[in-house]
Amino acid sequence: MKTSVVSVVVKVADSSVYLRYIFNTCFRTVEPLEYYRRFLKENCRPDGRELGEFRTTTVNIGSISTADGSALVKLGNTTVICGVKAEFAAPPTDAPDKGYVVPNVDLPPLCSSRFRSGPPGEEAQVASQFIADVIENSQIIQKEDLCISPGKLAWVLYCDLICLDYDGNILDACTFALLAALKNVQLPEVTINEETALAEVNLKKKSYLNIRTHPVATSFAVFDDTLLIVDPTGEEEHLATGTLTIVMDEEGKLCCLHKPGGSGLTGAKLQDCMSRAVTRHKEVKKLMDEVIKSMKPK
Amino acid sequence: MVTQSVRSARCRAEVIIAAARGVGAMEEEMHTDAKIRAEIGTGCSPRGPGCSLRHFACEQNLLSRPDGSASFLQGDTSVLAGVYGPAEVKVSKEIFNKATLEVILRPKIGLPGVAEKSRERLIRNTCEAVVLGTLHPRTSITVVLQVVSDAGSLLACCLNAACMALVDAGVPMRALFCGVTCALDSDGTLVLDPTSKQEKEARAVLTFALDSVERKLLMSSTKGLYSDSELQQCLAAAQAASQHVFRFYRESLQRRYSKS
Repeated sequence: MKTSVVSVVVKVADSSVYLRYIFNTCFRTVEPLEYYRRFLKENCRPDGRELGEFRTTTVNIGSISTADGSALVKLGNTTVICGVKAEFAAPPTDAPDKGYVVPNVDLPPLCSSRFRSGPPGEEAQVASQFIADVIENSQIIQKEDLCISPGKLAWVLYCDLICLDYDGNILDACTFALLAALKNVQLPEVTINEETALAEVNLKKKSYLNIRTHPVATSFAVFDDTLLIVDPTGEEEHLATGTLTIVMDEEGKLCCLHKPGGSGLTGAKLQDCMSRAVTRHKEVKKLMDEVIKSMKPK
Repeated sequence: MVTQSVRSARCRAEVIIAAARGVGAMEEEMHTDAKIRAEIGTGCSPRGPGCSLRHFACEQNLLSRPDGSASFLQGDTSVLAGVYGPAEVKVSKEIFNKATLEVILRPKIGLPGVAEKSRERLIRNTCEAVVLGTLHPRTSITVVLQVVSDAGSLLACCLNAACMALVDAGVPMRALFCGVTCALDSDGTLVLDPTSKQEKEARAVLTFALDSVERKLLMSSTKGLYSDSELQQCLAAAQAASQHVFRFYRESLQRRYSKS
């Protein structure tokens, strides 16, 4: 919108361009679905992307110094920051050799006008449950690695994901932020002193977590029951008749096929989505490896 | 199992109540048992008991206050659903051109948590896809689900109960939907409608909601790791099993509405 205002000032002499601009903005507000349909007919979207194209993804690791691991992910305008804090806890009684990973997704009123302050709304709870499922299903961390002393002491990783700007496709951004933050987590070495039975933390000796798989989420929006577009923006999500999120790891195994209702899909359409998810995984993995490599010499 | 004498006594009691309320035609309580075996030829290995769906039962119009109610039993899993609507909606929640659908899922014990919220969202979006909300704008349709017992395949049972309750309430829908659960164990064998023990031991549990018109996938919720080909296999098996569920719906509704 801002850039269009500048262009109006420049082309003020050409009144037909100005009128066309006014018409387009009015049309977009009054009939958003028709506006979108005109673009989709030409196999593109108002922001210039193809139907299968993702927005520019940027990731920044280790920005929060007070957290044990952190990452900031931007998917176009959607911004999610993930901070991981490690604390001690007693392991669960039914699994004494396992630690915990506790994710929490927060959608504060800052990110969008639709969220109010107060207890987490439905969207935040659904996203938290989704992230918990991804962690559980993909086995990204072996919970046994988090155990320090079976039955007595284990690590609990509190993963807090906060959305700073909501412009659609929150699940993809959260999954990527979580993965990047977990790769950045460094846990100090803990030894149990036999005489005092207390834990001694050696902050000088830190080691990275053993990340076993790299789950990457790809979200689609279904338009008019037939058309599938990748990485929907906030406006597109609002107009869509259904959404689909596929979480895939590097071997092509699916961790999660999250389709919360919406228009029906045939098996063939699902296959197309799978192939897109595979290519997306490669793109994300390349980005992750680049970032990790740039962080290494410290 | 309701015996013949008890059923007739209940029928008589209901006649009295209906007459007292001044309702003309009495809604007959219907109880249908259907043992359904899903024979899937190519999709699943010939493990007889593994490929069959469990014993089904459905009871409609058992609650007096909701506009529609249904109780769906799958093996030992039982869910009670009630539908209120189309009814008055709060101004903050009203949508100008459609009905506002709300789903409330209450677990058997404890307070509803984040997992219930997630399931409510899944069921609500599935119902929204089939309910013709545009016929009742600025109203609310509330589906309340209460888990009575959980012995595996809970989400599928909730979906079936919700569908039956919506039909009982007379809410206009463009299609019926059903829920089917598949479990994949460590050597890749497919088990439909798993029990809780089978679900715990399985490598992956996939729940699908399919519509009755074209067997398209309306909703999917999965747990565990599985490959793309296994997904297609499960989807095909679920589509075949859904035929049996839809036939059961049709038969039970036919039996209910034909005064024989």
